[in-house]
Amino acid sequence: MKHAYTWGGILVVVFASVVGDVLLARAMKQVGDVHDLWRRAGLWSVVSRTLRNANFFLGVTAMAVAFFSLLFALSWGDVSLVAPAAASLTFIGNAFAAKIFLHEKVDQRRWLAALLVAAGVALLAG
Amino acid sequence: MTFRKYLVLAGVTVFAAAGDSMLSHGMKQAGNISLSHLQGVILALLNPWVAVGILLLLAFFASYMNALSWADLTYVLPATSLGYVLLALVAKFVLHEQVSPLRWLGIALISGGVGFVAGGPALTSDDSKSGLLAKNARNGAPSAEDVPAVSSGVRR
Repeated sequence: MKHAYTWGGILVVVFASVVGDVLLARAMKQVGDVHDLWRRAGLWSVVSRTLRNANFFLGVTAMAVAFFSLLFALSWGDVSLVAPAAASLTFIGNAFAAKIFLHEKVDQRRWLAALLVAAGVALLAG
Repeated sequence: MTFRKYLVLAGVTVFAAAGDSMLSHGMKQAGNISLSHLQGVILALLNPWVAVGILLLLAFFASYMNALSWADLTYVLPATSLGYVLLALVAKFVLHEQVSPLRWLGIALISGGVGFVAGGPALTSDDSKSGLLAKNARNGAPSAEDVPAVSSGVRR
């Protein structure tokens, strides 16, 4: 039962993280390059444009869900399983989601990077 | 890629690694949380390690948002995964913990992944102006891979 809780928790963390990452990435692309914006219009403009973005708030909400499910999952399972499993699967999930929802050009180089990092993160827990 | 942008990526990396390790340390002190004892969450937030960990993660969040404004998600995530390597190196050389061969292999794989993605362009999506239009234009356009990362600033 503890096992099911742990893996259920991991899947919730991964799903919420991917949703959050995609929404936040989309929000910041809508805000635009903050270095340019800061130079042109000042820091306040960067902050207010970010805070007025709906995707930003949805993304933060999804990240909060991910954060608290991670706290729960960490208390149910070993940190050496939960943290790397969630991180590793989030890398893979994000590569798919970025290609589908953000129209990023996920070429061989990017796939290889995502897979290598996911495998490396999983190994680091060993 | 300017020096300032590399600095932002370094910030994402370091703040995430430091924040996560402090949270992990604090949560071990705070003990188990269960659905029937939700006040455990409040108690955990009062732990100083958890509190400082959360502050560091806020700093991470600000630099992460900064990076996402000028780079792809699939660029930022692998590029900042060096934080895991950093954690392992701190464990080895500061805490003098044993780092097994499997973990060294993990470090090598992550570094390889970072190398792969860092060699490519930082931005390939351009949905900032109008999602559908940019997408349609790109389908017939030459490979975005040929566009150097620096040009992302010029295009705006």
